[in-house]
Amino acid sequence: MSETPKNAEILSRYGQDRDNLMPILHEINNTRGYISEQDMQEIACHLNISATDVYGTATFYSYLNTEPKGKYVIRLCKSLSCDMAGKEKIAAALEAAAGCAFGKTSADNRFTLEYGNCMGWCDLGPAMLVNHDVHTQLTPDKAKEILSQLK
Amino acid sequence: MSDKLIQIQINGKEYEVPEGSTILEACRKAGWHVPTLCHHDDLTIAGICRICVVEVEGWRTLQAACATPVAPNMKIHTYSDKVRLARRNILELMLADHYGECYSCLRNQKCELQKLAYEYGIDEYYFGHKTERKWKVDESSYSVVRDKDKCIQCNRCIRTCEGIQTVGIFDKVFKGHDCTVDTFWNHPMRETICINCGQCINRCPTAALKEKNETDLVWEAIADPTKTVVIQTAPAPRSAIGEEFGLPPGVCVTKKLNTALRAIGFDKVLDTNFTADLTIMEEGTELLMRLKKALTGEDCIKNATLPMITSCSPGWVKFCEHFFPEQLDHLSTCKSPQQMFGALIKTYVAEKMNVEPKNIVSVALMPCTAKKFECNRPEMHDSGFKDVDFGLTTREMGQMIRETGIKILDLPESDFDNPIGHGSGAGMIFGATGGVMEAALRTAYELVTGRPVPFKDLDIVPVRGMDGVREAEVKLENVKPEWSFLEGVTAKFAVAHGTGNARVLLDQIKEGKSPYHFIEIMACPGGCLGGGGMPIPTNLEVRKARAKAIYAEDHAMDIRKSHENKLVMELYKDFLGEPLGHKSHKLLHTHYTPRGKKAVDPKGSV
Repeated sequence: MSETPKNAEILSRYGQDRDNLMPILHEINNTRGYISEQDMQEIACHLNISATDVYGTATFYSYLNTEPKGKYVIRLCKSLSCDMAGKEKIAAALEAAAGCAFGKTSADNRFTLEYGNCMGWCDLGPAMLVNHDVHTQLTPDKAKEILSQLK
Repeated sequence: MSDKLIQIQINGKEYEVPEGSTILEACRKAGWHVPTLCHHDDLTIAGICRICVVEVEGWRTLQAACATPVAPNMKIHTYSDKVRLARRNILELMLADHYGECYSCLRNQKCELQKLAYEYGIDEYYFGHKTERKWKVDESSYSVVRDKDKCIQCNRCIRTCEGIQTVGIFDKVFKGHDCTVDTFWNHPMRETICINCGQCINRCPTAALKEKNETDLVWEAIADPTKTVVIQTAPAPRSAIGEEFGLPPGVCVTKKLNTALRAIGFDKVLDTNFTADLTIMEEGTELLMRLKKALTGEDCIKNATLPMITSCSPGWVKFCEHFFPEQLDHLSTCKSPQQMFGALIKTYVAEKMNVEPKNIVSVALMPCTAKKFECNRPEMHDSGFKDVDFGLTTREMGQMIRETGIKILDLPESDFDNPIGHGSGAGMIFGATGGVMEAALRTAYELVTGRPVPFKDLDIVPVRGMDGVREAEVKLENVKPEWSFLEGVTAKFAVAHGTGNARVLLDQIKEGKSPYHFIEIMACPGGCLGGGGMPIPTNLEVRKARAKAIYAEDHAMDIRKSHENKLVMELYKDFLGEPLGHKSHKLLHTHYTPRGKKAVDPKGSV
């Protein structure tokens, strides 16, 4: 991964009001992929709030990571329509292709498999997200094909 | 809340209530009981448990009474069918996710969830019941034990720690089904910046938070014939232990408690008021020396930082170590009365009793959970042994007495044991916020001027009461020749209780704007009488009642000034030498550890 900015540099661009918590969490998450325990302590010091408050906020949001994840985070929709459209088969295909179970990251750190909630593509299910890109009308073969394209 | 009254109807009856009050406040005022669980009078409104729901005519859904303001002509029903069914469902859902059985629970008969289950006639687990633990009980802390499986997520501990104490070790983490109340990164309590005050325990409706129970270890020591078990009792527990046996708050049972402790098997029952008096002698002298150095430049004491702040409250001390480590020089170097006593019991008292210090087990009955942590500090070994072996809370002692079957309220009264078994009224009021300040003033003023403090009956009323921060000043005139540098000085004092209030005074010091010479800080609201080890419930009314009892006991004492305690003077003559002298310094004074507010304490809390 390329050189990412240090916390001090990131924090210096934000004020010390609590309103800055979400933008800071977003920035660290986006640039570094996750927000570590150390990051949270430094954010807490900067905003003069408790570190537990930062932790509670960060863990509330599924799209903020608190641990390192794979290069590609795959979120398969687990909501009703996608489930009825064959989510289970897609899940099995993804696990086989990624080489790890749901909730886990592959050994080569390429893929993390997760379930997500409705992404608004109920008419085109099953659907999944690969980082920020949506893929719809999945079949097991299509899912494998998508993963094989990701390097 | 405004003065304007509005007309509302509760259960078909008309009432006039202040505009802006909540439905809960209106109902309570009108005498209608509405059950609560997440609501606590000391805390901000949460409105999350929904047990207080009521029906409002014309409104589609039930409303949480604690979080809904009254409106003109509102028609409220507090026990309609819809309301009762909803409350029952809420309770059944809570019980489905609440581990354990009532009869094997420390809070049996003192649990708010259990009480509500009784109130609403719950006789089965309609939605099932959690029969297996999901989490390990966290017993890592010397003071506070956490049992997450019993947590009902009322957020009271979060609001206490963050709102009242401004420490903030708890928060809701993760969400939905995975949501728990937790510490930073789920670290064990010992590794957090918990100040051990136990205020969260006092407000926890269930047994999700409790003190580290050490009664079995004390029983074991009592049963050991080779051990001499000595107990000291602090003033606050005496004003409250009666509550554990059905007395209303505000009745001191000091002398009955002495008898009960002997019946339990303690070999000596000593009075912490004695070392409170000793604290005043040491701390008062320290204050005067700091003032002397500041005003005359004479090098009479090493640390002359002003304002000087009291150091009796171990919760406050740890708070300062975490949040204001750069201001630790403001703390008096005096140990707390508990630890002074500990150091004396295994030296002076051991000698007097003719017992080897290693065979003494020193127990302290305290209103406090932080005292457990304090006695385990590595520096508290000045007697050559662990100065205080166990700190028991008022609740734990209630438990020990219950186990004996002794009817404490029917017992005859008895006095403390000597050689250091007599304290003054000044020592007694250490138990209330403002008490240490008042006791110090009674002695320091008289030492300097030769006259008693200029307040009727020695009651220094401006430092009493329950306001978060209070201040007072005394002009020093016609002082004794040896204190001439104080002539004409207006000495300024401040008192704060609850570390949130303390923060106000500490921030002032940080900004260089503090006008005070001497500050008293207690970690718990109300001081020791509102301590984290006191009987549950503790709220403002209860704290006021206990304070009244403590001040009444002060009035009834034969001596009310620390420097008039003959036994203290004898101790100086026989053993210690003089205040701040060499021996005092070794046994009665301490130092502090700058810890910083990083949520994980690398030193593992001690």
